Amino acid sequence: MTSTPLVVLENVNKHFGDLHVLRDINMTVNSGEVVVVIGPSGSGKSTLCRTINRLETIGSGTITLDGEPLPAEGRGLAKLRSDVGMVFQSFNLFAHKTVLQNVTLGPTKVLRMGKGEAEARAMELLDRVQIGNQADKYPAQLSGGQQQRVAIARALAMNPKVLLFDEPTSALDPEMVQEVLDVMTDLASEGMTMVVVTHEMGFARRAANRVVFMADGQIVEENTPDEFFTNPRSDRAQDFLSKILTH
Amino acid sequence: MEAFLNNIDRVVDGFSWTVRLALLSALFSFILGVLLTAMRVSPVPLLRGLSTAYVEGVRSTPLTLVLLFCGLGLNSALGIFLSDTVAWDVFWWAVIGLSAYTSCFVSESLRAGINTIPLGQVEAARSLGLTFTQNLRLIVLPQALRTVVAPLGSVLIALTKNTTVASVAGLGVQEASSEMKLMFDRGIAPVLPTFVGFALGFLVLTLPMGYFFSWLSKRVAVVR
Repeated sequence: MTSTPLVVLENVNKHFGDLHVLRDINMTVNSGEVVVVIGPSGSGKSTLCRTINRLETIGSGTITLDGEPLPAEGRGLAKLRSDVGMVFQSFNLFAHKTVLQNVTLGPTKVLRMGKGEAEARAMELLDRVQIGNQADKYPAQLSGGQQQRVAIARALAMNPKVLLFDEPTSALDPEMVQEVLDVMTDLASEGMTMVVVTHEMGFARRAANRVVFMADGQIVEENTPDEFFTNPRSDRAQDFLSKILTH
Repeated sequence: MEAFLNNIDRVVDGFSWTVRLALLSALFSFILGVLLTAMRVSPVPLLRGLSTAYVEGVRSTPLTLVLLFCGLGLNSALGIFLSDTVAWDVFWWAVIGLSAYTSCFVSESLRAGINTIPLGQVEAARSLGLTFTQNLRLIVLPQALRTVVAPLGSVLIALTKNTTVASVAGLGVQEASSEMKLMFDRGIAPVLPTFVGFALGFLVLTLPMGYFFSWLSKRVAVVR
């Protein structure tokens, strides 16, 4: 694995009104690395994830992707976002488009890929997330787990440099969590650069290169999964782990 | 009744103007309505302000005033002509007035439709790298439109009936209601059959519109 810094956050701060949601965040995600961000609700982990493709603006600090600072708006920002895939908690598939159209939309409209090529590639990706036989259905006809796998295929179709996952399994019925995590684990093992906000500790142990633990808008602890789960250094992390791992 | 039926060509001619007024005004108010809505949700504050001011201003003005402004104001007082023949000149002014007015209601309906689209879909489109206009054209407006087909049908029905205001407001388009007035004035046919005939004519126009739009609205609905 190379260790070129791909996403770099330096002294990032953000406020929602009086609430200081991100405090002096410094974080580097190297190319090919899988970083799992965990922490209690309201710790700012989703916000952190969303700042990386500027769905949230930041108050101060810098974020760079592949050495380039994030553009503020306009076509530059659109271009940046096409390089950063995002998978949301609530799937957010386009309800008026079929599964196949959801996946081909980005490549045809943003990357200006031909329709035939985009469809062939989309089918490849849909087969890869094992949903190729549902290509002509509409999102509302699929289960949550299936929708989320389509959303992953949609993000992959853009050939992103990095994939962001914002609690991708939190809105799923328990029996559908695994099918989504399996896809994510495969991606991780294939060397996709990923930032994953999740409560799935099993996934963090299995697939992460590094675990980032956040609380109250700060990065409290950063370590390999093994070290973090067996030997958390901060009280905050020990407290958090004791609450989620005992049952 | 017989006297009325003997003048059926007048009735048909009147309604043919009504339909032309309604169709052209519907087309232009739709285009202008979409444009106003796009401005209303744009990231540029100036465009948002202009659209809001226009919609709030014109929507609150009685249609009669809008059409009087077009007819007596712009057309007669300022002498702006849109055609060499009087009939078409007043016709186009009526189309402009009706479109200016109706576009506000089209825009408000569309805006209500936009509000039903989950923000997440817009964010997903953004995160794919779609620009604002692509997002609007490919994701937001198609879904908003499908949601508001039924209300837009009501706007079209109201527009069809509103065409009658044109002649009252001094734009002498020979549409159905002014034909009716003419027949009253000249005593061409008894009042009651004439009135019932014209009223039925409007029913024949608007009732199928209503059924068509509620059928269409079910057909194109987006399942979420």
